[in-house]
Amino acid sequence: MSERVHLAVVGAGPAGLAGALAAASRGVRVTLVDAGDRAGGQFYRQPAPALNARRPQALHHQWRTWRRLADGLARHTEAGYLTHLTGHHVWCVQRESDSLAVHALLGPEQEEGVTVHADAVLLATGGYERVLPFPGWTLPGVVTAGGAQAMLKGGLVLPGRTVVVAGTGPLLLPVATGLAAAGARVAALVESASPAALLRRAPGLAAQPGKLAEGVWYAGLLARHRVPVLARHTVVAAHGTDRLTAVTVAALDRTGRIRPGTARRIPCDTLAVGHGMLPHTDLAETLGCALAGTAVRVDAEQRTDVPGVWAAGEATGVGGAALALAEGHIAGRSAAARMRGTVPDPPAWAAADRARTRHRAFSTALDTVYAPPAGWAERIPDDTVVCRCEEVTAGEVRTAARTLGATDLRSAKLLTRAGMGWCQGRMCAPAVAGLTGCPLTAARRPFARPVPLGVLAGLPDAPDGPKAPGAPEDRAADDSSPAQQ
Amino acid sequence: MVGAACALYAARAGLDVRVVDRGPVAGGTTGAGEGNLLVSDKEPGPELELALLSARLWERLADGPGAAAEYEPKGGLVVARTPAALAALTEFAAGQRAAGVLAEPVSAAELPDLEPHLAADLAGGVHYPQDAQVMPALAAAHLLRACGARLHTGRTVTGVIRGPDGTVRGVRTDRGDLSAPAVVNAAGTWGGDLAALAGVRLPVLPRRGFVLVTEPLPRLVRHKVYAADYVADVASDSAALRTSPVVEGTAAGPVLIGASRERVGFDRSLSLPAVRALAAGAIGLFPFLERVRALRTYAGFRPYLPDHLPAIGPDPRAPGLFHACGHEGAGIGLATGTGRLIAQALTGGTPELDLTPFRPERFDADGGDTP
Repeated sequence: MSERVHLAVVGAGPAGLAGALAAASRGVRVTLVDAGDRAGGQFYRQPAPALNARRPQALHHQWRTWRRLADGLARHTEAGYLTHLTGHHVWCVQRESDSLAVHALLGPEQEEGVTVHADAVLLATGGYERVLPFPGWTLPGVVTAGGAQAMLKGGLVLPGRTVVVAGTGPLLLPVATGLAAAGARVAALVESASPAALLRRAPGLAAQPGKLAEGVWYAGLLARHRVPVLARHTVVAAHGTDRLTAVTVAALDRTGRIRPGTARRIPCDTLAVGHGMLPHTDLAETLGCALAGTAVRVDAEQRTDVPGVWAAGEATGVGGAALALAEGHIAGRSAAARMRGTVPDPPAWAAADRARTRHRAFSTALDTVYAPPAGWAERIPDDTVVCRCEEVTAGEVRTAARTLGATDLRSAKLLTRAGMGWCQGRMCAPAVAGLTGCPLTAARRPFARPVPLGVLAGLPDAPDGPKAPGAPEDRAADDSSPAQQ
Repeated sequence: MVGAACALYAARAGLDVRVVDRGPVAGGTTGAGEGNLLVSDKEPGPELELALLSARLWERLADGPGAAAEYEPKGGLVVARTPAALAALTEFAAGQRAAGVLAEPVSAAELPDLEPHLAADLAGGVHYPQDAQVMPALAAAHLLRACGARLHTGRTVTGVIRGPDGTVRGVRTDRGDLSAPAVVNAAGTWGGDLAALAGVRLPVLPRRGFVLVTEPLPRLVRHKVYAADYVADVASDSAALRTSPVVEGTAAGPVLIGASRERVGFDRSLSLPAVRALAAGAIGLFPFLERVRALRTYAGFRPYLPDHLPAIGPDPRAPGLFHACGHEGAGIGLATGTGRLIAQALTGGTPELDLTPFRPERFDADGGDTP
């Protein structure tokens, strides 16, 4: 068994699981490294066993696919070909001379360091939610849409009794119906996109009978639970002193501006809000992988431009679980072939390839529909905090842009501290980009999560001795690209 | 930073100033700096004189742009681990005192009074009250704002315009020419490239450094604290990785940990050996840091010249061209003095320091290595 090539898969969501199983089935030793206590990621998040959930499938509509993945995971683990490391929070992946080192933090406090060495890596790090600020968004009772879903799927608990689900994107539908089915009163589903826009994109969407059926299914659920749907509406403010008591919503006109006189107040104790997803690219970026926009760039085999590094799922472009499964499968098969020095045979994965093409076209169509409404950044009042970690307001960012020359995300960060705190700008970067008028680019975050200095100090030497730093003496300046942090 | 300071003092001298940068404000090494205004790490000589002049000028800016840039005269504390290192440090400090530096010996027993959380096993140290700190990006932005110069960011200089007699007449950019009888090269690590556009040689090379930034903490580190071997590393000519811990708290809360030095060209990729050494060194000085988390790390490229002195002043090879670059890791601290000297040179006055050690053409005679 020790002669098997060794693939480390980072992330046990749909993409990581599909990739791990595809590779393990083809004679590769796989280590699946994941932060969660159980496999599944966010999409197939499982309730803790102690909760004795009788019908966890009630919260998932692709239960059969999940059972297949879970069975495969169990089978390969039992056969000794796959090791699933739970509770491992990966903070960095580094190339060492002939292997890749996956550095993770362990334990409830994430204070213990552990390193996994592998011949190749599949990055299936998923995505995270984009939330655009509005007055009151930092009140207790305001949660992300994905956070509300995670509480429901993982803990079988409701974030509140009366919930407004708001923002934009396909995630809002399952969140609203899931909360309603679990017994919450969903006072409104507030979606800034318009149904007409969805219909205008019909050619892109019509290629997806399954997705349309899914949409109809959600519409039925919304009706059954009597969830009022406010399309082309937005939350303009959240109210409350110690915690949320109500939100004000307003209608948007065709250009995405607020229609005067349409504001109304909806009492609620919880607001689940989200404006789509962004890819997690930190590990790939630090490895030196090229990005395309805010996602990791991959070829037809899901290879990045760094040898030995594959990527799949939301990290390579947000498109949902079905796309992630197809990409993960292709990545696993490509890695299994390439790691043994053979050339893969793409026709062998033609079905996955077709699924990938279809789902990518669909997500491209969705992206144009579910864009944040025009003028959202101008609507943020000056006194609204945009960077929660460092408590930087919209007004401070605007002033820095206007008077100090903060014309990109990095200089805005340096001149206002927005993005310097605990979350390293994951939360505020979209808002800061909107306020300064610069494009949203993936930030450089060498540490994908905070690392205790003691763990850094105790890092092992590479197996073949420490990487020789500074070997090329006085190498000529061959890259004079402008310095970016 | 150096460009901003040159703009400030030139504008104050009555000149009409334009600032051109291909990136945003503080987009190069400035944005990656710690903001050290140090006299403590310099041996007696021209750089120390420049540092003392700069420290006085920074102090004068303290009520204006300095305040907005979090200027903090917090003082430095250099510590020695062994009696031998302490003896060397004490001797070094005596030389500095003779050159006008305030340097107060601190016994091992007195160290906790200055830094209560310092490791217990140190031999002693020297306190430097003149050391200070600014937030470098804010400093550059606020100096530029205060001077009223016109700012052209996102504009790349593509050539230096020279007349038939060789005198400099302005710069060519990707968005049109800018005419000026004097051009100041404050391109930092890329200063050699700009000099080349004017047809002259200035061997500025990058020396990479990593900084670790921790989570925000209450003020547990009061001074800028570093080990005595830092001075040897700064002066070292080695290309290989050298790290000596430099630890300091900031007004905003995070502790900054420097300073690695290695010559690897413009390679920005993360070096775990470098950050490992930084973390280990910092924990050696302040054991409580072991459980503190690093939120981020970043690399910057110090602009260094072979003799570790900056290039400041007019270039006789290209009349009208002035250089203000190559300050290695001390550019933030030395910016004010450099700006003042450049303004004096631009207006035909006598610079208050002798510019001979900083003359830009000094590398032509020695046949030094061509980059």
